[in-house]
Amino acid sequence: MSNKSTPTERRIILKNADDPNYSNKISCYLREGGYAMLKKSFKMKPEEIGAEVLKSGVRGRGGAGFPAGMKWKFLDRKSGKPIYLICNADESEPGTFKDRQIIHKDPHQLIEGMMIAAYAIQAKQAFIYIRAEFFEGARILESAIDEAKAKGFCGDKILGSDFSCDLVVHRGAGAYICGEETGLIESLEGKRPNPRIKPPYFPAVLGLYQCPTIVNNVETLCNVKHIMEIGGDEFAKIGKPNNTGTRIWCVSGHVKKPGYYEFECGALTMGEMIYDVCGGLLPGRSLQAVIPGGSSSKILRADERFSGKLKDGTDFDWGVEDIPLDFDGPMAAGTMSGSGGIIVMDDTVDMVEAMANINAFYAHESCGQCTPCREGSLWMRKITQRMCDGGAREEDADLLLSVANQIEGRTICAFGEAAAWPTQSFIAKFRDRFEDKVKNPERKKSSLQLI
Amino acid sequence: MISKKNSKVVPIVLDGKEVEVPEGMNLVDAAALHGKEIPHYCYHPQLSVAGNCRMCLIEMGTPMRNRETGEAILDDDGSPRIGWVPKPVIGCATNVSPGMHVKTESEKVLGCREGVMEFLLVNHPLDCPICDQAGECRLQEFATDYGRGYSRFVERKNVKPKRTRLGPRVTLDDERCILCSRCIRFCQEVPKDDVLGFVDRGSFSTLTCFPGRELDNNYSLNTVDLCPVGALTSSDFRFKMRVWFLKDADSICPESSAGCNTTVSSREGELYRITPRRNDLVNDSWMPDSGRELYKSVKSNNRILSSRIDQNPCTADEAIIESIRLLEGKKIGIVGSCKSSLEEQFLLNQISLKTNAVNFIRGHFEEDDGILLSADRTPNLRGALISGFTQNYPKDNLVSLSQALDQNQLDVLLVIDEDLEAAQVDIANLEGVPIVFIGTHTNSTSNRASVVLPSLTTFEKSGTFVNRSFYAQVFRQAVPGPAGVLPDLSLLSRLHNGLTEDEEISPDQNSVWKVMNNVSGSVLKEISLTDVRKDAVLLDSSKWSDLPFVESKALHFEPATKVEA
Repeated sequence: MSNKSTPTERRIILKNADDPNYSNKISCYLREGGYAMLKKSFKMKPEEIGAEVLKSGVRGRGGAGFPAGMKWKFLDRKSGKPIYLICNADESEPGTFKDRQIIHKDPHQLIEGMMIAAYAIQAKQAFIYIRAEFFEGARILESAIDEAKAKGFCGDKILGSDFSCDLVVHRGAGAYICGEETGLIESLEGKRPNPRIKPPYFPAVLGLYQCPTIVNNVETLCNVKHIMEIGGDEFAKIGKPNNTGTRIWCVSGHVKKPGYYEFECGALTMGEMIYDVCGGLLPGRSLQAVIPGGSSSKILRADERFSGKLKDGTDFDWGVEDIPLDFDGPMAAGTMSGSGGIIVMDDTVDMVEAMANINAFYAHESCGQCTPCREGSLWMRKITQRMCDGGAREEDADLLLSVANQIEGRTICAFGEAAAWPTQSFIAKFRDRFEDKVKNPERKKSSLQLI
Repeated sequence: MISKKNSKVVPIVLDGKEVEVPEGMNLVDAAALHGKEIPHYCYHPQLSVAGNCRMCLIEMGTPMRNRETGEAILDDDGSPRIGWVPKPVIGCATNVSPGMHVKTESEKVLGCREGVMEFLLVNHPLDCPICDQAGECRLQEFATDYGRGYSRFVERKNVKPKRTRLGPRVTLDDERCILCSRCIRFCQEVPKDDVLGFVDRGSFSTLTCFPGRELDNNYSLNTVDLCPVGALTSSDFRFKMRVWFLKDADSICPESSAGCNTTVSSREGELYRITPRRNDLVNDSWMPDSGRELYKSVKSNNRILSSRIDQNPCTADEAIIESIRLLEGKKIGIVGSCKSSLEEQFLLNQISLKTNAVNFIRGHFEEDDGILLSADRTPNLRGALISGFTQNYPKDNLVSLSQALDQNQLDVLLVIDEDLEAAQVDIANLEGVPIVFIGTHTNSTSNRASVVLPSLTTFEKSGTFVNRSFYAQVFRQAVPGPAGVLPDLSLLSRLHNGLTEDEEISPDQNSVWKVMNNVSGSVLKEISLTDVRKDAVLLDSSKWSDLPFVESKALHFEPATKVEA
């Protein structure tokens, strides 16, 4: 592994973010050529921008990886109702901390991307839905919007044109479910963020206030700016086919240099990320497991092997370290790249305790609307909690799996899967640890308090 | 509401069998049309679709089509290939489309139901032995039909408040709540009184009223009926009676001209509760809270329980003979009642016609709530018109009677239930005029009457009411009347037969209907009692379209557009 050279980052979104001479003030942004793409875009027709985004193949960075251009195409433009643009800045997936960097360090990039997107879909009102805990981020965005408005990049008659689009920062109240786009819309409307049933409430048709609405992630909207800069075709050349552009990976856990790293999609493997980019594991530790895309993605066991055929027809036979970091790589390994939150666990981690913490999170965050997720998530939490408290039974692993299977695919939103996949994969891959708890119920001295 | 009434039908394949269902209908209703139950909790045909209980998960597929040519893709055997949706879908939010395939009994579907049932019960207190809903509880029913039959849950259950007062009439047991949100949607959509909501998240979610608010609207008890489990209970009915002991009778609410269809429940002659009965043409599945209290009048202290002559108790026979003696050959004024049944009003009018009496009737009008409590607070004003008892729209007083008495036009009065003083009749004018009073409860008129004949409440007799939309609807006897009290029809028939030489009319509904059917020009001509007993019958109201009906636009009611004079 060390005989290869360390892969180098390609920073597009975070290009200026860590420059000591760069701040989140508009002066810095303008100095680096900011808002030039907005000017360029306003000389184009809105549908041309949509076409470029579609050509770029950029996939949503929020977790589902749905092509953004396609999402825009689904927008109901014939209804005559107002169209809304919402930036999903409710970054709440455990292990993910990329949007926060963008908001804190380069907020104008997001505003520019949003205004281009708003122009492209002809939205007169745009919102940034930011999670409650991002106090500082919300303040930064609010002052950035004020700056942008003062310079005519946002608000009334943008760049002196006839197009106006107001931009408002809306703070959430601290709920993971608000990251789900229909839950977010409900919350923005001032209600409990219970995700809506689809059909009929597809946001592109019946979104905010029952009007056509586009909800995009922070990183996705920033990409719009860069697509306009180099064109959809050029953008599509970054990364790999169907995995275009760069991705910001958030590495946390037991590595020497955790942090956020922006790479072209597929430019490096999981192994390179952990051992080269992040400096490897702590001394004397060995890799036990990796969660590749935020806590809801399925966990990978360090000694697992994955084989099969890729979409382009090539055979693959990977270990965890060989999984390419893009959208399709983790997918081929039976998990997902999700929001890009890579959580590395070394051999000191008690997997049952890790499971208990994840379950505690999902039980706490379930909105309580659908029966399977509401009851199942808390039940799984209670089981794993009991197992950690010395009450493990032999049948618990099977019970956990059965409960998770009763949640998956049976709920209104994807939270059901998010709650079920960790349990399903933990049991599938670490069943021995769950069974071992029956014989060795004592917690390790080094164990931390559970959530 | 996703389901719409539609005459167009589309073919779907339901569990392998091709059936026809109305276009646009949801799968829960469509399957029910063909005898297949898709269990559900949160779905209610008259409320918006929430889709949260996940009990109605089914498998759904549509015939596959070639993306380029649009042609149907066929299997080897020539049948269309079905693209099954990989995840189960909820029947309540899935509308039928032509050629749709549905599985309601597959292993996957049964697995989903078993899973949802288990989840619903893990934090449920399972306190059926002390729960009012037991016996009419969807949790019990579906747990029996679709549940696993045993529990795998060994953890501690969540604890929630057991008796929260949501309003003056509704008490909530939070532990039993399955968070289906029916009550919340009802309050938002029917009485438009948005007071309920959930607080907290996940399994700890709790139903509550908004701060500083109460569930006190006049439709609050419908939430109790809607609640598929024992969470919302009626503070009045709570812990009074096991529902399996109750005997139900189909009735019509006598509170107003809305004519809500009701179920009156009793045990051993004792009334326990009144609940709405579904009728999509009249009251959907709702009724006002105030109408549910009416059963209490049956046992109220001022109920008239015995016949009286000059306020002294006597037998019914003696009272009837005395009545005939007072009325015979005199100038009679008859005060009818909009609370009487159509049959009673008709029979009363027969007496009037044959004795050349003068008819008087008053209306009881109050504020219209625009839903199911109409401005006309009597159940059968239109019956008085149809029976011929009055041609004019009743005023809310009996001043005309007072004037007639003042001019000495009347010798004697036959009064059905009305309080003459309350209807602005000058007491001085009543001096020296004997009154025969037929009614259920005492009032100033019964107190001064020469003869008092006790009669029965709506719950103790059968009859027909005609509601504000001119729907004729029958109500059936729920409990026997007090000992010795004759039904109104019997009393009137005795009076009729005693006062006239004509053919006798027997005091049963059928016989009265036969006579009513034979009246020339009657709107009841083509309608038999059997028809009305089967279902509400819309009567021809064109004769009365010019009358100043007081009801305003409400649920399932559109006032007739009056021609401006």
